[in-house]
Amino acid sequence: MFHYTIRRLIFTIPTLLFISFVIFFILDTAPNDPTGNLPLTIPPEVRVKIRASLGLDQPMFIRYLLWCQQFFINEPLNMIEQWFDITIGDGTRLRVTSWSTRSPVVDLVVERLPQTLWVVGMSYVVGILIAIPIGVISAYKQYSWFDQLGTFFSMLGFSVPTFFTGLLMIVIFSVHLRWFPSIYDTTHKVTDWSSFVFQVKQMIMPVMVLAFFNAAQLSRFMRASMLDNLQQDYVRTARAKGLKERVVVLTHVLRNSLIPVVTVIALGVPQVFGGAIITEQIFKVNGLGQLLIIGIQGADIPLVQTLTFIFAVLIVLFNLIADIIYGLLDPRIRYD
Amino acid sequence: MLDNTATILDVANLTTVFNTRDGAVHAVNGVSFSLAPGELLGIVGESGSGKSVTMMSLMDLLPSPPAEIVSGEIIIDGEDVRAMTTAQMRAIRGGKVGFIFQDPMTSLNPVFTVGFQIMEPLREHLGMSKRQARARAAELLELVGIPDAVIRLKDYPHQFSGGMRQRVMIAIALSCDPKILIADEPTTALDVTIQAQILELIRELRQKMGMAIIWITHDLGVIAGIADRVAVMYAGQIVEHAEVKELFRNPQHPYTRALLETLPKAEGERDKRLKSIEGQPPIMNAAPTSCEFAPRCAHAFARCHVENPQRVSIGEGHDVACWWDAKTGGPRDA
Repeated sequence: MFHYTIRRLIFTIPTLLFISFVIFFILDTAPNDPTGNLPLTIPPEVRVKIRASLGLDQPMFIRYLLWCQQFFINEPLNMIEQWFDITIGDGTRLRVTSWSTRSPVVDLVVERLPQTLWVVGMSYVVGILIAIPIGVISAYKQYSWFDQLGTFFSMLGFSVPTFFTGLLMIVIFSVHLRWFPSIYDTTHKVTDWSSFVFQVKQMIMPVMVLAFFNAAQLSRFMRASMLDNLQQDYVRTARAKGLKERVVVLTHVLRNSLIPVVTVIALGVPQVFGGAIITEQIFKVNGLGQLLIIGIQGADIPLVQTLTFIFAVLIVLFNLIADIIYGLLDPRIRYD
Repeated sequence: MLDNTATILDVANLTTVFNTRDGAVHAVNGVSFSLAPGELLGIVGESGSGKSVTMMSLMDLLPSPPAEIVSGEIIIDGEDVRAMTTAQMRAIRGGKVGFIFQDPMTSLNPVFTVGFQIMEPLREHLGMSKRQARARAAELLELVGIPDAVIRLKDYPHQFSGGMRQRVMIAIALSCDPKILIADEPTTALDVTIQAQILELIRELRQKMGMAIIWITHDLGVIAGIADRVAVMYAGQIVEHAEVKELFRNPQHPYTRALLETLPKAEGERDKRLKSIEGQPPIMNAAPTSCEFAPRCAHAFARCHVENPQRVSIGEGHDVACWWDAKTGGPRDA
């Protein structure tokens, strides 16, 4: 397993380099003009100068290599300096900088990450916690009223887009009932009980909207996997051994059923970091998803390039993690 | 019935029905038999004759719904099984009654070690500590002929071959020193040399531990070598029941005779094609009102199509459910 992991990690390096190039190439060939948002009164020769100051007069591969140097060398060095409070070299080096905000992209990400992790991450956790018991019970009591209800809500959660459920919740709970705020306040700090209650209140709606969507998918996976395993001969063996029904289902069947579901869960984690673009927009959560949208609209290529690449890294990483978990959960799978 | 006063298992008039969407399927139709301590009863029949369902019904192992035990009496070691609570029932399963199933490749849970799976019933039924259970599990593995038992406890089922896995299944079934072992086609999924080994192992263990065994199979050859008594099942009923030698020497029911004729002979008939019984066993949508074998029977006559024969004794411990009398070659008086 250890050798397998090392081998896979080494193999991710060329994969990620290739991905970063593809992203760069696509963004560069896309009809984007970073000066497009500037006032029309700016004369063309000034525009050329602005473009030159952004480095856009250089050939693409030069710009790509410069980005590589900034992202793979300068940024990590900078991070090490900050963490250990030391200075490497003279401490001045070019960072990946957003064109529209003029601040380093990595700083922007660090700024936005907590909101996304809190809201989207929490919704993922809540979704999993809802989905697994629903899936287990639905499968165990197949075609019962509980299962039918679960199927109905899964279909609903899966097919109704989050911008609809989000707005519906705002209309019901913010406008009419006035229970929860419709706008997520990022500057809010939890210091005491009442501010904690407020934090919970403002998180409930975006978290529930996303959790509903996540749970809809996962509970179907869980149900299908459980049904598959409940049919297996080893379940009969477990019952014939005189084990309690709870042990049969929650130890023997669940353990087997979780193998594919955990993989699906692990593969879904990068989406948490990617943020839920639509939900973040609706509830005004200024997380990573929103940052990406702003970057795309403003043709802020360094920002979009870096964010997209970070998502790509997470996807590759969690693919590997899913494979490793699979190997840990299923003794039949050995990678060495 | 045999006149064994001390029986470990008594089954009377057991009837099991599957309630499916397309109506009821009558899988077991009034089966009665008994088992003496230490005895080996073979149950023979084609696929779909209700052998397995009968045994699963005994231990309430069928998923319900659709399965429903409609009637019948099951007495294990003097206790009425059908009156038991779920918890009492559980104590019997894996405790007094051990099970071995047909397919050892799928009967063990792939994600738990073999040791864990053998220890489970020990801890559940005998209340052993982890350490005690592990020691006993190692003994059991050794008992069923798996070398390096202590090391192999940590292995997973996929690290064992088919025959080895069936040995593990046997170890699990025998872990709590059961009085009855129900073996549901335990050698069917194994190749012939392994079959012989498993057969030998069970014969040996039976001598050592003295449990009664119900051996379900469609292989008459296996039965001839191992059983004390044989019950032949057809369409969810026992159609003939006798001591093993008596049954092979003096088969009465046309179905039993046909089954015996399908066996290949050792000599002289190599060039002949294997015999078969024409037709299929019926799918029972209603309780039998006539002899279910009649449509496939060479000796059937009018009565067979209108009245279901009951088992009648025709000799010492030999009974048969048939209107046709093999001795006279004509209808039975009764």
